[in-house]
Amino acid sequence: MFRNIGEIMIMFVQTVRALPLAWRHRRKVAVQFFEIGNSSLLMVCILALFIGGVVALQTGPVLVERGLSYVLGGMIGLSVCKELAPVMMSILIAGRVGSAMSAELGSMRVYQEIDALETMNINPITYLVLPRLLAIAIALPMLVLFSIPVAWMGGAVVAMANHAISVDFGSFFSDLRDVVETKDIWNGIIKSFVFALAIGSISCHQGLITLGGPRGIGRSVTKAVVNSIVVILVLDYFLTRFLLMVQQ
Amino acid sequence: MNEPARQIQNVSVEARGVRRSYHGQAVLDGIDFKVEPGEIFVIMGPSGSGKTVLLKHLIGLLKPEAGEILIQGESVNTPGLRDKYRMAMVFQSSALLASMNVSENVGIYLTEHKLMPPREISKIVTEALKTVGLVGVSDRFPSELSGGMQKRVAIARALVIQPQLVLLDEPTAELDPLMAVAIGEEILKLKSNLHATSIVVTHDRDLAFGVADRIAMLVNGKILFVGTPDELRKNPDPKIQNFIFAELLIRRYQTHERIT
Repeated sequence: MFRNIGEIMIMFVQTVRALPLAWRHRRKVAVQFFEIGNSSLLMVCILALFIGGVVALQTGPVLVERGLSYVLGGMIGLSVCKELAPVMMSILIAGRVGSAMSAELGSMRVYQEIDALETMNINPITYLVLPRLLAIAIALPMLVLFSIPVAWMGGAVVAMANHAISVDFGSFFSDLRDVVETKDIWNGIIKSFVFALAIGSISCHQGLITLGGPRGIGRSVTKAVVNSIVVILVLDYFLTRFLLMVQQ
Repeated sequence: MNEPARQIQNVSVEARGVRRSYHGQAVLDGIDFKVEPGEIFVIMGPSGSGKTVLLKHLIGLLKPEAGEILIQGESVNTPGLRDKYRMAMVFQSSALLASMNVSENVGIYLTEHKLMPPREISKIVTEALKTVGLVGVSDRFPSELSGGMQKRVAIARALVIQPQLVLLDEPTAELDPLMAVAIGEEILKLKSNLHATSIVVTHDRDLAFGVADRIAMLVNGKILFVGTPDELRKNPDPKIQNFIFAELLIRRYQTHERIT
């Protein structure tokens, strides 16, 4: 495990060092960016809508019972942008995009395409990892930014439509506006940026170290997704503590 | 990215005491030889004797457990060595990039190193594809080609690099005899036009004896013999004679099959 962590860190540093070459690879970045965004947008939309809805469904009746219905908008607003949107979207992207990255690079490793690149003096980090890492680092925060209002809408609709809650749109968003500040949205975006780097690095590394045939590729994909999700959840705790400390 | 390789005409390759084992079993057991600049050096040997592993060591894809590989006197793993010399390898599996079409595959070295404008690259790619007998396939993807065609694309990709050192792993496998002859001629052209050093791993006896300046016999991870094709034919070692003789037997058997 420690060896893998070390290798991921080295690969990440090499990718950061290759950043000045990013402009040269802009087309590959754009292709990856389009693939990540285009393939995930609908899923993000559905997931965000239902996350907002289910939070409203779980908390709304309890708050109404205690006469606290006026805090529902603010509570959903904060929990979505600081926690639920970045974490859930990152998990979705780890499954959707991280798996694709590790499968593609794994297959390139197994079928000697990466060896061929190396013999032609084409650095796999610059050629393969840099565009993917850049694309996911841009795309995931954008997806999270998009998912936040969608989740709010989900929460607002459930809060209004559910008889046990019955909080109208106006009071829901009025409370949300009072509580949620721009820095809270930045909080979620910063988190998702860090998660994106983790997903990209873990998935690319797992692809690059793939051994064996199709079974090896399958193993790499599983490891990439599982490790990414675990790292997202662990990082989330430390990032939350760090961001709380910074904001105080 | 990388700077284009400096134009040094030819390079020597030297293996010094190269050892490599997998799961405790020696695959390369103290390999020593030197390939002179501009030489065509053929490595022959039975399946599983470590030829491909040796080739991967020679180009730096694998690191030896002991010993070293020197390219023009410098270790193959020296950082920046590939910026100095143009090297190419034709893999046994072709190793074409599945996500790219044929012309992108062939032109990838020139494109990625930005060695010339796209129009010129396109001309060179078309020319290289013609050389290996492929016309009208530039927009196809590797998965749409037969094994033999993929191999020819891989050879075209190596030709486009105009390498100073080219390593070919079974370049004529899956090719018909006419195309095999054409590939042999291309290897000879690399020598006469570019003075490239070529290291060829092959089972194809005709190719080996047709193009080699020297042939090495690799058996069970050890070099049994290094010498000219004539010296190889005359070598009395039964292991070597058996290998060459077996090759002839197989050919006779195949001819007999065709007749009956």
